[in-house]
Amino acid sequence: MKDNLILRIIAKLLIPMIILFALYVQFHGDYSPGGGFQAGVIFSSGFILYMLIFGLDTAEAIVPSGVLRVIASLGVLVYAGTGMVSLFMGKEFLNYSALAESPTTGQHIGIIMVELGVGMTVGAIMLLIFYAFANRGRE
Amino acid sequence: MVEQHLSILLVVIPLLAAPVTALLPNGRLPWALTQVVMLACLWISLSLLADVSSGQLIHYELGGWAPPWGIAYEVDALNALVAVIVSMIGTLVTAYSLRSVPADIPLDKQAHFYAAFLLCFLGLLGMSMTGDIFNVFVFLEISSLSTYALVSMGRNRQALTAAFQYLILGTIGATFFLIGVGLAYAATGTLNMADLAVRLVDSPHSNTVKTALGFIFVGMALKAAMFPLHQWLPRAYTYAPVMVSAFLAGTATKVAIYIMARTVFSVFSPELALSTLLNELLIVLGAIGVLYGAIQAIRQTSVKPLLAWSSLSQIGYFMIGIGLLSATGLMATMVHLFNHAIIKTSLFMAAGILLYHAGTLHIHKLAGLGRQLPWTFAAIVIAGLSLIGVPGTVGFISKWYLVLAAVEQQAWWIVGVILLGSLLAIVYVWKIVETLYFQPAQAAGISAQSRVELSPALIVPVWLLAIACIYFGLDTDMTVGAAQVAVQSLGLTP
Repeated sequence: MKDNLILRIIAKLLIPMIILFALYVQFHGDYSPGGGFQAGVIFSSGFILYMLIFGLDTAEAIVPSGVLRVIASLGVLVYAGTGMVSLFMGKEFLNYSALAESPTTGQHIGIIMVELGVGMTVGAIMLLIFYAFANRGRE
Repeated sequence: MVEQHLSILLVVIPLLAAPVTALLPNGRLPWALTQVVMLACLWISLSLLADVSSGQLIHYELGGWAPPWGIAYEVDALNALVAVIVSMIGTLVTAYSLRSVPADIPLDKQAHFYAAFLLCFLGLLGMSMTGDIFNVFVFLEISSLSTYALVSMGRNRQALTAAFQYLILGTIGATFFLIGVGLAYAATGTLNMADLAVRLVDSPHSNTVKTALGFIFVGMALKAAMFPLHQWLPRAYTYAPVMVSAFLAGTATKVAIYIMARTVFSVFSPELALSTLLNELLIVLGAIGVLYGAIQAIRQTSVKPLLAWSSLSQIGYFMIGIGLLSATGLMATMVHLFNHAIIKTSLFMAAGILLYHAGTLHIHKLAGLGRQLPWTFAAIVIAGLSLIGVPGTVGFISKWYLVLAAVEQQAWWIVGVILLGSLLAIVYVWKIVETLYFQPAQAAGISAQSRVELSPALIVPVWLLAIACIYFGLDTDMTVGAAQVAVQSLGLTP
């Protein structure tokens, strides 16, 4: 579909918006509706649009599935690691108040880190699922 | 400092290890990490059991949020015993998988296989640790989703359809459980198990609460493969890789039965179960399950389905034990959870050795193999005797307490069912033993190419469990003692 001028231009206009919105949902999630899961899905939908227009091979050259597997695993580690940091700071697992001097700051840092982990894993897994389906019968 | 965090570490250590395992190169490393994690979890669960066996409770608030708002882990003797079962079986199965996984799983999938295995393991541990009923659902899904992936990795292509069937039925079960949790939340406004129990006292017989109990019960019955919701189990156990069948046979249904006992006895009250005829349902379906599973096991022509159907028959005993709604009955179920985990895991692992040696598990093609593999054969005989319930083995202990519980309530027909079930067990165990030892060997039936060298990694875990079958059959202090404290912690007095 990359020969279709209209699709190409619209996609190029839309994709940055989608990704910017994903980042907004990700990092504004502790104040407004949203968070890691939604942001990850929106982020990956931007990439999936790119894949639909410019083809699977181009997309896989940008984000290879090996990299996505690493990001997905790191996301889980960021989540559990945040919990472990607060455990080592002497509070319960995932008690963010331990992460900074004042509990309020700690809660902010904690929720942002945890949601970042969720966003990384969800975004990467959504793309991996899409790759897995799109690659069926190609080899 | 670590002491007070042990209950959460039991779940977090595998959670941290799973993504690391997925990133490791294929080969020995993922196995080594898994084994270390299993040993750590076994040590933690044993020390938790030692802490709570005096009757005290361990209470842990995740994120520092106090219940009923936050998620709390509540450890008493009941869940500590379940955690010990899961991590003990996990440790031995991982040792076995050093040789078993290279034979079953393609090299390029091994790291992911171990990651999925760790996720399944942590899901089961989380289900047993948590004191929040919604959290049970979350961990149930973690363990179930990874189980579907594990089952689908079997060598036979039918593993895919078996996994898909399990996926559909397992998802229905989880959905039923979630609907039940939702209804209980609607009736009480809380998800914490202890808080639920307190609030349900005020409105014990409202229809919402009864429906909630029904949905939770059916959901868990599906996960526990209770007759007649068992269709997924024989196929899943038959086509899964050997170590997965061995692990699931020892843990997955056990945890589901623990959740069932926990919800019936400590969230909802036994009186509610009585008023909804749940106990009759459990006993009658359990009894049918015992006999039907055993008869199906006798009809099988291959070892793995035979063992799977025999599991189904044993699940019937758990149901009867819970359904009697008495302290002795629940104690029998708890003791049998431990004992059956030992028995069935060792049998599945021994069956794996036969499979690697003969290249098939078709019972006619295994003729005379017992004389070639005397150690494996001896372990099968010991575990088989325990399955029947011969005195001096663990199987006798659990059946003894179950018969006691039935006699207590003068339910003589249940005693009859238990005896008949044991007689049928003799038939199917004898079927394996007779073929393996007393039939002349078929030289042509064994293909040389699929032989895997017998190694200590395969035979030692099998024998550790076989020895445990005898040991815990003679020295019942640990199992019966823990079960007694567990029953007391549910507020029943034996």
